[in-house]
Amino acid sequence: MTPSLLSLLEGRDSAAAPQYFEQLCRASDRATLETMAAELEAFRRTTPNFYHRVRALFFLEAIHRYFLPPHFPADSAGSIPFDGHQHTLERRFEEAIDIFLRHQRDHGASDALSSALAAAYHGLEFKTLAQQVQKTVRTVRGNQWMFRTGHPLDYPLRLRPELLPPGGDAPAPILFEETPVRMDLSHAGWSDIFFLGMDYPEGAKVLNLSIDLGVFGRDTTTRPPVCAFLRVIDEPVLRLVSVDLGASADVASLADLFDFAKDYLGLLKAAVIASGLVPSGLEGSGHDLADILSRLAGPGRGLELVSQVRDIPKGSRLAVSTNLLGCLIALLMRATGQTGALTGELTEPERRTVASRAILGEWLGGSGGGWQDSGGVWPGIKTIEGELAQPGDVEHGVSRGRLLPRHHVLDDSAASAATRQALQDSLILVHGGMSQNVGPILEMVTEKYLLKLEREWRARLEAGDILRGIIECLKTGDIARLAELTTRNFFGPIQTIIPWASNAYTERLIADARKLLGPAFRGFVMLGGMSGGGMGFWVDPKEKPRAREVLLELMRRTKRELQHALPFAMDPVVYDFSLNPHGTFAQLLTGDRALFSPEYYLYRVPAWVRQDPRTLPDAARRDLERFLARHLGAQNNSGLSTALLHRLFPPQSGGSGAAAGRTLRELLDENGFDPLQHEQIRSDLLAGRIGLPQNRLPVSATVEDVRPGDVLPMYSPDDSDAARGGELLRAGAVAVVTLAAGAGSRWTQGAGTVKALHPFAKLGGRHRSFLEVHLAKSRRAGRAAGAEVPHLFTTSHLTHEPIRAFLEKHQNFGYTGPLLLSPGRSIGLRLIPTARDLRFQWEETAHQVLDVQQEKMRQSVRKALLDWAVKTGEGRDYTDNLPAQSLHPVGHWFEIANLLRNGVLRDLLRDRPQLKHLLLHNIDTLGADLDPAVLGRHDREARPLAIEVIRRRLEDRGGGLARVGGQLRLVEGMALAHEEDEFKLTFYNTLTCWIAIDPMLALFGLDRAALADADRVAAAVRTLAARMPTYVTLKDVKKRWGNGQEDIMPVLQWEKLWGDMTTLPEANTLFLAVPRPRGQQLKEQAQLDGWLRDGSAASIDNLCAWE
Amino acid sequence: MPFRVTKALVTAAGPAQRRLPLQTLTDRDGAQKPALAIILDELLAAGIEQVGLVHARGDRAAYESVLAPYATKLTFLEQPAPLGYGHAVLCGREFVGHQPFLLQVSDHLYVSQAAESCTRQLLNLAEAEDCAVSAVQPTHEGQLQYYGTVGGTLAPGRRGLTAIERVIEKPTPTLAEQHCLVPGLRAGYYLCFFGMHVLTPALFDLLAAEQQANPGAKLGLSPSLNALAGREKYLAAVLDGRRANLEAHFGLLRAQIALGLNGANRSDILALLAEELALAAETKKTNGAAKE
Repeated sequence: MTPSLLSLLEGRDSAAAPQYFEQLCRASDRATLETMAAELEAFRRTTPNFYHRVRALFFLEAIHRYFLPPHFPADSAGSIPFDGHQHTLERRFEEAIDIFLRHQRDHGASDALSSALAAAYHGLEFKTLAQQVQKTVRTVRGNQWMFRTGHPLDYPLRLRPELLPPGGDAPAPILFEETPVRMDLSHAGWSDIFFLGMDYPEGAKVLNLSIDLGVFGRDTTTRPPVCAFLRVIDEPVLRLVSVDLGASADVASLADLFDFAKDYLGLLKAAVIASGLVPSGLEGSGHDLADILSRLAGPGRGLELVSQVRDIPKGSRLAVSTNLLGCLIALLMRATGQTGALTGELTEPERRTVASRAILGEWLGGSGGGWQDSGGVWPGIKTIEGELAQPGDVEHGVSRGRLLPRHHVLDDSAASAATRQALQDSLILVHGGMSQNVGPILEMVTEKYLLKLEREWRARLEAGDILRGIIECLKTGDIARLAELTTRNFFGPIQTIIPWASNAYTERLIADARKLLGPAFRGFVMLGGMSGGGMGFWVDPKEKPRAREVLLELMRRTKRELQHALPFAMDPVVYDFSLNPHGTFAQLLTGDRALFSPEYYLYRVPAWVRQDPRTLPDAARRDLERFLARHLGAQNNSGLSTALLHRLFPPQSGGSGAAAGRTLRELLDENGFDPLQHEQIRSDLLAGRIGLPQNRLPVSATVEDVRPGDVLPMYSPDDSDAARGGELLRAGAVAVVTLAAGAGSRWTQGAGTVKALHPFAKLGGRHRSFLEVHLAKSRRAGRAAGAEVPHLFTTSHLTHEPIRAFLEKHQNFGYTGPLLLSPGRSIGLRLIPTARDLRFQWEETAHQVLDVQQEKMRQSVRKALLDWAVKTGEGRDYTDNLPAQSLHPVGHWFEIANLLRNGVLRDLLRDRPQLKHLLLHNIDTLGADLDPAVLGRHDREARPLAIEVIRRRLEDRGGGLARVGGQLRLVEGMALAHEEDEFKLTFYNTLTCWIAIDPMLALFGLDRAALADADRVAAAVRTLAARMPTYVTLKDVKKRWGNGQEDIMPVLQWEKLWGDMTTLPEANTLFLAVPRPRGQQLKEQAQLDGWLRDGSAASIDNLCAWE
Repeated sequence: MPFRVTKALVTAAGPAQRRLPLQTLTDRDGAQKPALAIILDELLAAGIEQVGLVHARGDRAAYESVLAPYATKLTFLEQPAPLGYGHAVLCGREFVGHQPFLLQVSDHLYVSQAAESCTRQLLNLAEAEDCAVSAVQPTHEGQLQYYGTVGGTLAPGRRGLTAIERVIEKPTPTLAEQHCLVPGLRAGYYLCFFGMHVLTPALFDLLAAEQQANPGAKLGLSPSLNALAGREKYLAAVLDGRRANLEAHFGLLRAQIALGLNGANRSDILALLAEELALAAETKKTNGAAKE
């Protein structure tokens, strides 16, 4: 191995003249890169050093994902061995890599194989890193015993005697813990990610504040946002209650306790286990929970554990759930004598134990955050820094840094009382309303750090400088300067490292706030991993009251404008906040004070009241009496009676859809819902005539890859084709049709936003939506040809009105050509899936296996979903959501048919009889454009349809171009009887389709004149539709409830797909092999970073004319 | 001055242990006597010359009546109020004077598995090492709630000896794992007190200081032992023997069996146990057949 590569791997390059892996790769040719890959592969297998090994994996992934592919010829045909892919799915990455490398030796390198290797290396990297953190957290001293306690006889904990019931009618004492949440003013480039802190402790540093919160306009004071209660009860169960989620359960067995996703009580269960109350070692031991509880609290006794988040929504970026976990763990550790003091603050070693247990709890629950997240356990303002591992540490010799960082609480000399006050007076804390998964961002940060990309590395160093500046500002009391620094941090290092930490909503808020507030605006601070949810605005303290009103109104207005484009979970809120000087803090409530919060009783009382008084347990009766006497009987019970009445008699709403304006029935009527067809589909489904298994071709169907000559290569444009295409463009013979009826379920995991409007990336200097990009390409093509290009967007019930309003508001983005919307004329109503289809989806199709703990979570969720489907009624209409979320578009085949039915094509042809071809493409195929050479070729071949295909990579799943029983056609992934068949197919369907209008009409049995006859068109569409297969699919749909909570439910819907037109012999489809950038699709937001880094974004920008 | 131990303090003032030491057992030689007498015999046989017995108010008469044969070597020390184990020890301050002493509880019997008694083994070690030594026993973490636990490092070159760095009373496994791990033990085992210590008179100063710092509070022994570990050489020793805790569930029965099996009447005890087992098996079989 070259010395420079080795020094990069070992992180030994000098600070004065740093070297960068990417520079080395860019300067290398294919042969050198391949040699490097071989050396890295050998190195990673032998090096004993953990982080050298991991870094080598990241280097290998980067070579295969970014640096080698440009060296492969455009028509690089390569295959991916299916068994390697299977291993990747099963998380057996080492085996997968072995198979791929063997295949590479035998058949040569290829773009396809590199994509498979990149995926396997990627999986192995994060598996290795996560395992290391899990191993460390298990072996941290103070946690180990929990993993070896496997028998009640070995159970070592006893409840503190202060908590035992005093006897008689006196209530059991209640231990009550309150915990602030953490707000970070800088995380120095996400340096709190475990992997970073453990490899580069010197650079891992955050400034973290413990704060209490109140909602502006609702609460009169600020309070610790999370709290928990514990008391002994006279039943041998663990009664878990989440007041804010309105969930409770009496857990009577260990199996139930370790079943995290069964209900909404997973966090409480994780706390019970991570606190050692029920040690991990008892999982699957077959012992009785009652035995443990008996040893802990006495025979026949159990515990009631109550958690409450005081109305702080998800996505606040204040680590609410980690601090609630910390709060619960602290409470349970106190109760079991694992802390010195039962009440008050914790000592530093105890806080550290709580923090390490919170990491454990997050892992058990299948989630994970950063090491600063449990900061609320500590008081006030603190720096949290990585620490070098010392001899004797479990980390020593494995990683450079320790798992747990060092907390340093700032005293008055580092931040005076006046400075603290000024900070509170200058910062307006808000929740913008977006609630997004920060996970992909944390992966990107880790990857970029370990690759040490030059720009990002410099940004990281700058972020470190900014953090030091912020700490200095706290010392000098210069809050105005501090505001400048956090703003610089957001627009500088943060977005340099991860552009996706920002979004169009946030940037618009900042720009508008600056305008509206004028000099009173001081700056912006991003909280946590990304913006859009919890954020902060700095203002002149004198102007704070006005600024709060202005910001709240601004956020509400902007959210209304963007709510169809971006996934909002809730309405924006402004918070009041104050620094918390205690950290987590407990009190013992005894005698008359032994009560839970009023909200607890508001949740519990209705159930008690509805219960037959004769069966109401004495304990509940006594609770009820105490609550009535203490709270309801109080003079100033501040609306508690009203709240209770509301709980007892919930206000009648006008059905689930009243709030959204339109009822489900109205929407169905307006969008051409066909009740007869719906009933037919339901009965076919229940009878097993259609369903996921029935999507498949017969097992006997032979599926083969294309033969030579089946596909026309379009890698080097032919001049005469280009001239012919140019001519057609000049003549105005082509229109573009963008398919924009779908919701893009994968894009936002079923949030129901309009993908076309999602401002997904900065192009041409600002955030642009898919719609804007497609228009910009048509503008450029039109300009080049000197003729306007008509551009059509197909829409559906979900997307029509938002797209129309968006175009109107932005005046069609200045697009001067004809711009038309083609509204949907068909709609489906989603159904509750059958258990059979759910099982098929989960068991019969290959899936990515997750990390052990996440896999347990997934199994548990699936069990719950099966129960839901069976209990709610298989095949019943899915209506328990917003009306728009209950409907579904019925596939893009109908989007083209609708063009005929809704008169849009008829009118267009009337106005532009010269129109001859349509370019049809998906909303997310950004590279599809009016390339004159491709158009010319399509015209020359004179076939009804020409479909663009690209060479397959691993991530291109869902079918492809095949010979099925000898016939060349597109085949959907879900139609393949054997999954490995897909891996034989070397071309992937981009769905970009050139349509010759008249021959296409002929396929429907129509011509231009017939388009005027609506009945004839409808009959023609129905006839051809009957020849197209119906696919039944499961889609994830989000159901939002409570405070930014979301459930994801699988629902059943059906669709017909345009690709099946290629099965019509008379369509005589032409298949064109185009370069990858032209056909690449953006299906998931996690793809964006790679898309930006591999140059795809820049090449799209080149196709566009923004003005 | 050579490190020689001639005085012992035996505590019998704990509220739960006031009657246990008076229970009659059959000793290793087949003689029936109160448990406390068995302890005193072992102490005297090991070379202790004077024993101070700390008892609760009002208990003296009961002890005097059964311990008459030891009158000349026994001093009764009354603990006026139940103010903690540390306080009970402090009651022996004057009796002990300025010399090292043996401290033992009265509700444990010790059964040596070597030629020398446990007491003698401990005295030998203390005299050889010239310092305070507490007898300890590897104990599973499930039992930590009953014992004082020590943390430290192995004393170099001394098998079975640990230099104590910290003493924690009844730690949770969380705390024990963080502070009481001692090399050489099985996972989940810690060194817990055996109820037998040789201590230096410096302990009394520490106890008195502790009492002064928290007047009226119950005075534990472990905090002062922890302080002792910070001040002077203080070792923990694993002895070749075992303890029988009379206070535990079936404690007396187990103590009797242990004594019997390690004494002159071993074969009688074995025969007795075998007979009981056979009878129990027979009864079970008969009951089972009746049910069928």
